[in-house]
Amino acid sequence: MSVDLQTVKRVARLARIAVSEEDAERMTGELNAILGFVEQLNQVDVSGVEPMTSVIPMAMKKRPDVVTDGSKAADIVANAPATEENFFLVPKVVE
Amino acid sequence: MSDLTHLTISQARTKLRAKEITATEITEAYLSAIERANPTLNAYVVVTDDKARDMAKASDAKLAKGEGGSLEGIPLGIKDLFGTEGIHTQACSHVLDGFKPHYESTVTANLWADGAVMLGKLNMDEFAMGSSNETSYYGPVVNPWRRSRLDTVVMPTTHQGDGGFVSAGGTRTARTLDNAQLVPGGSSGGSASAVSALLCAGATATDTGGSIRQPAAFTGTVGIKPTYGRCSRWGIVAFASSLDQAGPIARDVRDAAILLKSMASVDPKDTTSVDRPVPDYEAAIGKPIRGMKVGIPREYRVDGMPEEIEALWQQGIAWLKDAGAEIVDISLPHTKYALPAYYIVAPAEASSNLARYDGVRYGLRVPGKDIVDMYEKTRAAGFGREVKRRIMIGTYVLSAGYYDAYYLQAQKVRNLIKRDFENAFAAGVDVILTPATPSAAFGIADEDMAADPVKMYLNDIFTVTVNMAGLPGIAVPAGLDAKGLPLGLQLIGRPFDEETLFQTAHVIEQAAGTFQPEKWW
Repeated sequence: MSVDLQTVKRVARLARIAVSEEDAERMTGELNAILGFVEQLNQVDVSGVEPMTSVIPMAMKKRPDVVTDGSKAADIVANAPATEENFFLVPKVVE
Repeated sequence: MSDLTHLTISQARTKLRAKEITATEITEAYLSAIERANPTLNAYVVVTDDKARDMAKASDAKLAKGEGGSLEGIPLGIKDLFGTEGIHTQACSHVLDGFKPHYESTVTANLWADGAVMLGKLNMDEFAMGSSNETSYYGPVVNPWRRSRLDTVVMPTTHQGDGGFVSAGGTRTARTLDNAQLVPGGSSGGSASAVSALLCAGATATDTGGSIRQPAAFTGTVGIKPTYGRCSRWGIVAFASSLDQAGPIARDVRDAAILLKSMASVDPKDTTSVDRPVPDYEAAIGKPIRGMKVGIPREYRVDGMPEEIEALWQQGIAWLKDAGAEIVDISLPHTKYALPAYYIVAPAEASSNLARYDGVRYGLRVPGKDIVDMYEKTRAAGFGREVKRRIMIGTYVLSAGYYDAYYLQAQKVRNLIKRDFENAFAAGVDVILTPATPSAAFGIADEDMAADPVKMYLNDIFTVTVNMAGLPGIAVPAGLDAKGLPLGLQLIGRPFDEETLFQTAHVIEQAAGTFQPEKWW
């Protein structure tokens, strides 16, 4: 399988990365080189093989459903580019 | 004082406990070594000198009372991927501009609890994506190793005043260092370069496809990627969560064992952290390997592999045989599919993990006309080329209509890769010996690698299988190539059998010796 310029632009949109026409053209070549390389996986007979879900077999750890953390809103917003009264500020999303 | 930087962790530990040296002295020795070398090598992106001095002072107070922890007063470098409270943590990316976490990663917290001193944050490939440390926002790291040339020097004929010859001349050989700068490997290039150039006693690193073992091999240092689940991933910037593991890069096998003992723990904050006690890895060092079964996988003999790598591998086999190990040929038939499967699984997980860099919660924000425009501009400006490439691949293989063909197929192949190893271990193999990398360190801005991303990816051909199967792997230096560059061997073990890796790597180290670059910086 290979990608064309339109697909690259669509994927960039899905990934929320702005790309120029020039970027998109360069990426088309690079992505096709990588997709060409991974193509060989189709040669493998995987009939009856389950997809891996956990590399080391283990039961998922659970913890008691109690509050262990919190009351540190200031810490959470401390690294944000724009905040007001412990809220993250974003450009207007609702008209 | 600079000779203090020549002490290994185990030597420094003894001298600190015996009060022959102080933590402050050894810390100052490293800080001045960093000051001199870092403008050339670019191994550190931040030097935390005030914090280092404070920590060393606290260590000295403890050591004076005979209370020190297992790493009391030992100065370490920390890869920029580890969250360090109040200190620059950017995974060497522009998108995390100015990020200073309000938390400490479990691995670094363990090191500080054992008394280690932080010297600073180490350079790396952006988000650990790379095999040369050239994708860092902070510029490439330079390998302290350089190629050298063996020259034949003609000895001058000495002439005596009375006309009689006393020396008939002759030739001798001399090594001349080449000026070309080489990469230290990646992604933990800063860690490997700093350890090799004696800019820290040891360093933390992480390994998703070979990022500890490949740079260790390129710099003549020891690097171990433990079993998935052995070190907590909590507080480490995520790349590919099912593959990422932290581990140390150190000067010798014993130091690597000392560091891993402290870094590993059982952590309730990481659901993939495994509930088993951390053994005393150092105790495994020096145990005989007589009767141990060492597997040699035929699939690791790849086309175009330099003669020297094959020769090194044979030398490793001979050393282990001499030590009484039984050598058996094994087959890991799905080896060649590990790298292509990795280049689906890792980018897929990365595209999901890196979705969080949106200009809202932390780091860089580039304003836009609306929120989507802000996201797109922020991510376009914040991520470098390699990171964008991988996010794009990941987004594509996870997109509607392609998930089964790519991601599901890769996860099935991954199970087959793991099964290959399980079969070998079930047949009685205790440890597997392979080369660590298909070549020695290459030049910075290598044109072939820049032109084709897949060429760069091939660096991880021998290491990536281990991440795909979740196994522990160690790279140990085993010799120099004809150009005087270090080459490493890799040992792969059963899940949670890091002890056998330390035990066997030490046998190789005893036979091969340790390797230090000639100082030119």
